Amino acid sequence: MIGMNHYLILSAILFAISVMGIFLNRKNIIVVLLSIELMLLAVNFNFVTFSSFLHNVAGQIFVFFTLTVAAAESAIGLAILIILFRNLRSINVRDMDQLKG
Amino acid sequence: MSSMHLYLTIILAPLVSSTLVGLFGCALGKKLSQLLCILGVLISTVCSVVVLNQVLSNGLYFDGPLYTWLTVGNQTYSVGVLIDSLTATMLTVVTSVSLMVHIYTIGYMAGEDGYTRFFSYISLFTFMMIMLVMSNNFIQLFFGWEGVGLVSYLLIGFYFKRESAIFANLKAFLINRIGDLGFLLGIGLVLAYFGTLNYAEVFAKLNEITGQTFLGTGWSVITVICLLLFVGAMGKSAQFPLHVWLPDSMEGPTPISALIHAATMVTAGIFMVARLSPMYDLSETALSFIAIVGAINALFLGLLGLIQNDIKRVVAYSTLSQLGYMAVALGCGAYSVGIFHLMTHAFFKALLFLAAGSVIVGMHHEQDMRKMGGLWKYMPITYLVTIVGNLALAGIPPFAGFFSKDMILEAAENAHHHGLFGSSFVVFCVYAAVFVTACYSFRQLFMTFHGEERFRHSHNDHHGHDDHGHHGPVEPHESPWVITVPLVLLAIPSVIIGWVAFSKFVPGDFYQNVIFNAEFFKEFTGEAMAKGELSPIAMMIHSLSSPPVYLALSGIIAAYVAHKSPAFVAAIKAIFKPVIYVMERKYFMDDLFINLLAPLGRGIGKVLWSIGDVLLIDGLIVNGSARVIGVFSKIFRRAQTGYVNSYATFMVLGILILLTFCTGLILH
Amino acid sequence: MNYLLSLTIWTPIIFGLITLLINKNDCLARYFALLGSIIAFLFSLIVFFSFDSTATAMQFQEMWPWVGSLNINYHLGVDGISMPFVVLNNFITVLVILAGFKVIKHKVSLYNSMFLMMTGFISGSFCALDAILFYVFFEAMLIPMYLIIGVWGSSNRVYAAIKFFLYTLIGSLLMLVALIYLYFKSNGNFEILSYYKLPLSITAQTLIFIAFFMSFAVKVPMWPLHTWLPDAHPEAPTGGSMVLAAITLKIGGYGFLRFILPIVPDASRELAGLMVVLSLIAIVYIGLVAVVQKDMKKLVAYSSISHMGFVTLGCFLFANGTLNTWAVEGAITQMISHGFVSAAMFFCIGVMYDRVHSRNIADYGGVVNKMPVFAAFFMLFAMANSGLPGTSGFAGEFMVIMGAVETNFVAAILAGLTLILGAGYTLWMYKRVVFGDVVNSHVAEMDDVSKREFLILAILALAVIVMGVCPNIFVAKMHASVEQLLTQVTLSKI
Repeated sequence: MIGMNHYLILSAILFAISVMGIFLNRKNIIVVLLSIELMLLAVNFNFVTFSSFLHNVAGQIFVFFTLTVAAAESAIGLAILIILFRNLRSINVRDMDQLKG
Repeated sequence: MSSMHLYLTIILAPLVSSTLVGLFGCALGKKLSQLLCILGVLISTVCSVVVLNQVLSNGLYFDGPLYTWLTVGNQTYSVGVLIDSLTATMLTVVTSVSLMVHIYTIGYMAGEDGYTRFFSYISLFTFMMIMLVMSNNFIQLFFGWEGVGLVSYLLIGFYFKRESAIFANLKAFLINRIGDLGFLLGIGLVLAYFGTLNYAEVFAKLNEITGQTFLGTGWSVITVICLLLFVGAMGKSAQFPLHVWLPDSMEGPTPISALIHAATMVTAGIFMVARLSPMYDLSETALSFIAIVGAINALFLGLLGLIQNDIKRVVAYSTLSQLGYMAVALGCGAYSVGIFHLMTHAFFKALLFLAAGSVIVGMHHEQDMRKMGGLWKYMPITYLVTIVGNLALAGIPPFAGFFSKDMILEAAENAHHHGLFGSSFVVFCVYAAVFVTACYSFRQLFMTFHGEERFRHSHNDHHGHDDHGHHGPVEPHESPWVITVPLVLLAIPSVIIGWVAFSKFVPGDFYQNVIFNAEFFKEFTGEAMAKGELSPIAMMIHSLSSPPVYLALSGIIAAYVAHKSPAFVAAIKAIFKPVIYVMERKYFMDDLFINLLAPLGRGIGKVLWSIGDVLLIDGLIVNGSARVIGVFSKIFRRAQTGYVNSYATFMVLGILILLTFCTGLILH
Repeated sequence: MNYLLSLTIWTPIIFGLITLLINKNDCLARYFALLGSIIAFLFSLIVFFSFDSTATAMQFQEMWPWVGSLNINYHLGVDGISMPFVVLNNFITVLVILAGFKVIKHKVSLYNSMFLMMTGFISGSFCALDAILFYVFFEAMLIPMYLIIGVWGSSNRVYAAIKFFLYTLIGSLLMLVALIYLYFKSNGNFEILSYYKLPLSITAQTLIFIAFFMSFAVKVPMWPLHTWLPDAHPEAPTGGSMVLAAITLKIGGYGFLRFILPIVPDASRELAGLMVVLSLIAIVYIGLVAVVQKDMKKLVAYSSISHMGFVTLGCFLFANGTLNTWAVEGAITQMISHGFVSAAMFFCIGVMYDRVHSRNIADYGGVVNKMPVFAAFFMLFAMANSGLPGTSGFAGEFMVIMGAVETNFVAAILAGLTLILGAGYTLWMYKRVVFGDVVNSHVAEMDDVSKREFLILAILALAVIVMGVCPNIFVAKMHASVEQLLTQVTLSKI
């Protein structure tokens, strides 16, 4: 029987993958954006899981919020990406080290 | 006019004229400026004579405040006026000599740049000196004291383009400041122990303080105070070893050499000691110190006068020597005699300086006596008054200097009988100095007015005074009346003031309750009075059978011999070569200040600055701490890779660590 | 009138803010700023003349709640110790605005506005009776000065500005800690006057002393925390130097009298020996250092440190557990006098700098030939700087030395050395700069003071002479307050 733990573990695996995606990614900034989306997905997964197992609809409602924000965020993220590309002629993560001390 | 107004007029007349001329000199023009200044001093002189007359006729005594200068605690410190016989004497001397100098200046400074400025300065000086003399408290005394120092500084540097002049004025100011340090500390001790700075109140408390010792040391407070105050006097009255500024001050124009550096300012120290005679009388240590310092001045600085070739410097060294005499008089407890010599000296020394100035003008601003000679034909009036001045200086009866100097010799011998410490040295010095004085003063007379007319030789090494654009042989001429009239007017008191004023000073009734001569001196004068020896006539008769006059005469003869046979001089010089060398270096006292103390101060300053400030504080601590922070941040900046993902990594790692820590805590 | 102090403080600040807006018309900005400073000065004059010199309590008090929850109040008031400085501050600002009239050519409105606002802040810190209010004003005045040095300074201005800022900030942060400690000790109270009666252990007192000392000793500045001043002065524009020397240094001395002595009297007594030694080092060491300076402004900066040594010396001359009246009143007098004299000295150097654009003594010589009127004024101020009787410079030094003789004779001798050193460095500089023959073509082209410069010099000269001839005008105002301070310091708080 698939219980709540399984869902939560899956969600945790998704989250870990996305975090690793951000940590280890050295090449493409789009991968970072994707990882962020994946992270949000993992969170949504948690929401839905708790909502269904605890019989509380609020979790599912929150998922919609998150999805909306995620959509907006990825739109802004892509916009920034385009501007970055215009300025730097590259979307390589390696080139973005202006914060370097 | 109430008496207060009279005193205020004496004080303010020169100040007002000085301020007006100083501020609006250019607009007023030369004629009006000189008129204004002379008028100011004339008013002061007339008022001073009025005051002197009142003091003489009805023993006027006035001590009152003008306005409150400062209040501290419950005490009020006022600027005030003290009128008594001493003040009146000094006022008359100061204002009358100043008036002569003012008139003389018209002739001497004619055509010089800064004519009105000069008048403004000497009027300001007169004001400061009057403040000093009339003050009834120590603060005002110090104000006048420093004020005359300021004007002296300004006037020595009058020819501000000349390097030697601006060097001399700085030197004079700084050396005076060394003395003033002692003076100020002395005033501080007076305040600390007496709780007041008013003369009368201080004198009233003297008995309470007499027994006290100073801060756990064995010294009597009074002695310490007296010595510190006298350090101030040593600066102002050019006593060894703070005398070095006075010969250099001859860089100033001659009228002020006469007024400031001979007749009035340099006698401020003498005046101060006489003014404080009740206090000095309580400390025989201080008296003996004063007497010894004075004796050194009288003989050893007088000796330097023998080897000078600059006409003004001879007179300057003779001033040092005479100031030494005055100090000896003070040290021997004969304060009134010190003041007596101060007064006679003021007249004949001003005369000698102004006469020297007249020679300088006549010689077209040449000061070197080796380029003069035979001037008596060309400048008869100057010649005559110089003789008068020199006779007075040498102490030949009946000229003024004779009486005061003879009394100083008597006082010194009396102190010797009394057993004052070091008095045998003092007696030797003052007697020897009589010979030296006569010798250098007549050497100057012979070199300047007699012998070969050396100015006929062309001289191109023109140095000294302001350049008239005059080269080649000069034709000396007698000075205009504005110069000769003051000379003659000063010559009169130089002849007569000695026996006219003698009775006022020596038995000292005139100064009763003002100047307190030492007991042993009073005993001596009392006895002498009883025997009838203390009258001008008796003294003159007595002098014929005592050494001083013969010493003076032999000094004159020595000067004459030296004048007639240069070979003799050369022979003496050859014998005493090392001594002459030491004398030419002025006993190395100039070197002490210029080549030792001043570079030492600058050197310490440089070391403190470059090592203390720049290297240690700024370099090590201030910039050092900045550099340490810099080094650390250089290390830590490596953590800032600039990659967002590494930041995120550290963030998550940090959260993990924190979480572990927190859960660990909770579980625990 | 009850709002007099607020008016004195806020008039220049508001005028300053408005001046900031007049950035199109330089001329208007200047005159507007001048108007503001004069109005503020008039207000402070009213304070001066309606001040009751017999009262010991704070006068012209104002009290409004500011941050109610923390018990912070807008509490103003002056006594005989602070009042002279309020007047001095506003007096100097008028002259400073006037001094910058022709000289400052870029960012005129900002320049004038900064000075006006700084005046307000400084007045505020002298008037504040609430610790936090004091602290706010105290810190606020750093900002205009930082900008003044950083924007209108000369070549090395950034280093100097940062050094100035950090030095003063680090010190004042410690003071904040002390104030917060006192706040908790006094059960949530920021009233400065209430701290006077607060019992404190000797350890606490010593720590508070150190904290306050760090803040005020930097301001004064005392050796060895002084090195920001000789760097800040040469870089600052003339007006900046004038305000810096004439007023901001005084806040340090004022802090000693308002905070350290009455709040921690026992620690003050304990540490008085150290303070006297530091003051004497300032007087002698710094005096010697001043002699060898090649930069005129540096020289006068060092001479300021040396003169301020008299202030700290006067504040800590204890004898048998009591302070000396002469010394404390001398310290205050010395501060007022130094306000006039140092402002005048810096202005004189500024006048020459505007013509030759050099601060090096070696670049001058024979200025008197070209600028006789200026030379006369400069002479007066040089003499005042070397403490000639009859000028203001004498009064303070004299009083402190008198106090020193009564309490500590060795200190008096060392302090008295300033008579020689002060005359040495000032007149030696004067000799090299002013006397002599014209040395180069730059000096030959100098022209004498303009009417504006003459006016400033004349006003300062008048102040210097009046205070020298009759210091009682100022000293009489402070007796009651100083007397109270002295009794305060005598009491033990342990």
